[in-house]
Amino acid sequence: MSNITPTEVQMKPAEYKSGVTPIWCPGCGDYSVLLEITKALSAMALKPEDVAVVSGIGCSSRIPAYLKTYGFHGVHGRAIPLASGLKVARPDLTVICAGGDGDGFSIGGNHFLHACRRNLDITYIVMDNQVYGMTKGQASPTTEADWDSVLMPGGTGIRPFQPLVIALASGANFVARAFSGDVAGTTDTIIEAIRHPGFSFVQVLSPCVTFRPDQKLWRKQVRKAPVEYTTDPSTAARRIMTDDGFNLGILYRGDRPPYTLKTKNGGDKESTLGSEFQI
Amino acid sequence: MNDNMTEQNAPKLDSVEDLLSYAFALEQEACDRYVELGELMAAHNNREVSELFKKMAKLEQHHADEIRELMEQKNVKESSSIQYQWSSPEGPETIDLGDLHYLMTPHQALNLALHNEERAFAFFDKIAKNTSDEETRSLAEKFAEEETEHVKWVMEWLTKQAAPEKGWDNDDDPPNLQD
Repeated sequence: MSNITPTEVQMKPAEYKSGVTPIWCPGCGDYSVLLEITKALSAMALKPEDVAVVSGIGCSSRIPAYLKTYGFHGVHGRAIPLASGLKVARPDLTVICAGGDGDGFSIGGNHFLHACRRNLDITYIVMDNQVYGMTKGQASPTTEADWDSVLMPGGTGIRPFQPLVIALASGANFVARAFSGDVAGTTDTIIEAIRHPGFSFVQVLSPCVTFRPDQKLWRKQVRKAPVEYTTDPSTAARRIMTDDGFNLGILYRGDRPPYTLKTKNGGDKESTLGSEFQI
Repeated sequence: MNDNMTEQNAPKLDSVEDLLSYAFALEQEACDRYVELGELMAAHNNREVSELFKKMAKLEQHHADEIRELMEQKNVKESSSIQYQWSSPEGPETIDLGDLHYLMTPHQALNLALHNEERAFAFFDKIAKNTSDEETRSLAEKFAEEETEHVKWVMEWLTKQAAPEKGWDNDDDPPNLQD
């Protein structure tokens, strides 16, 4: 977590909202995620000017506009590069990256892998609804292989992407799963994710009531993970790979030191940045 | 988590200060949610339901203001919302964001409100029954009675609204049409 400056007077969650009315569908899980982020910022007494929320494209990626923090609504799949650049340039900021499963795991999939590997001190919140909602219901990387729809009769037949396992294997320092309808639990998870140093990944199951009305059942399916988090990646991997995708809570906490920019003797920040980020 | 998604257990409170603190949080959270729902429905051009939610927000704000006055008299400070760990995902009087539809009718909206007013009554009623402090019991009973009044108002409004007809959610030009 960055050098957090608590507000002199703790702001209420609603005071972190920008006043722009969200245009998500009524019933969308993203409303709750917005609420949970504001509750987390309030509980941590963070000043809006010490926080930046960066997103890509998609329904959930509208979220920076609804917050009073700094925000950047970027291009599709490029939320993580933007957030990474910002964190390196302004390590004092608390940087939250937010978006959906399509933006994060398909268009931005490669960035996701390398962000986990690089381990910058960023919190990445993915509102996973297993569908491309903004473009009217195409299968996303996390859609079940047999999800039958007008656009994909009989389903895609493609094995879904497993974001938590991928994050773990790629080096994410904090891995958690939450459910948008579990306001207290998700708020706590976001707080812990921000506090944990390094790249924190939080998959929030956030129902798309318009294209995936079946996801209303998630409310009955989710449960608190039966065991506490582990610090052992192999144990975490085994647990994540064998659960049914509905265990909630912090699943893994690592202790890798987060990436920080080491300015070489005599070199300026810009040239150091260039060489550090060379592929 | 499953059962907790709708059920609300009340904490055991044995001081008026704690009760006021909880009651204020409950009313303010309900009010904030109604304001949010009013804006949300206005954004989706469902003006009737939007107005109804705004009216409910005023009602809850009035209640919250009354409790705030009592808090000031007793020098009770407002606590951070994170400190209230409701046993349901949110406060007992707060409408769940997942229960909405952009074409919902005032009748359906009032039914949601009724459900939450009844939960709020049950919350204060349980506190009154569980407390060992007489002053806390008396105040919790007063709050429970006020919630009963709200229940009556909402039920009265409900009688003036027609129940939704079959196909209420049909939309000839739906936003979610798959091309």
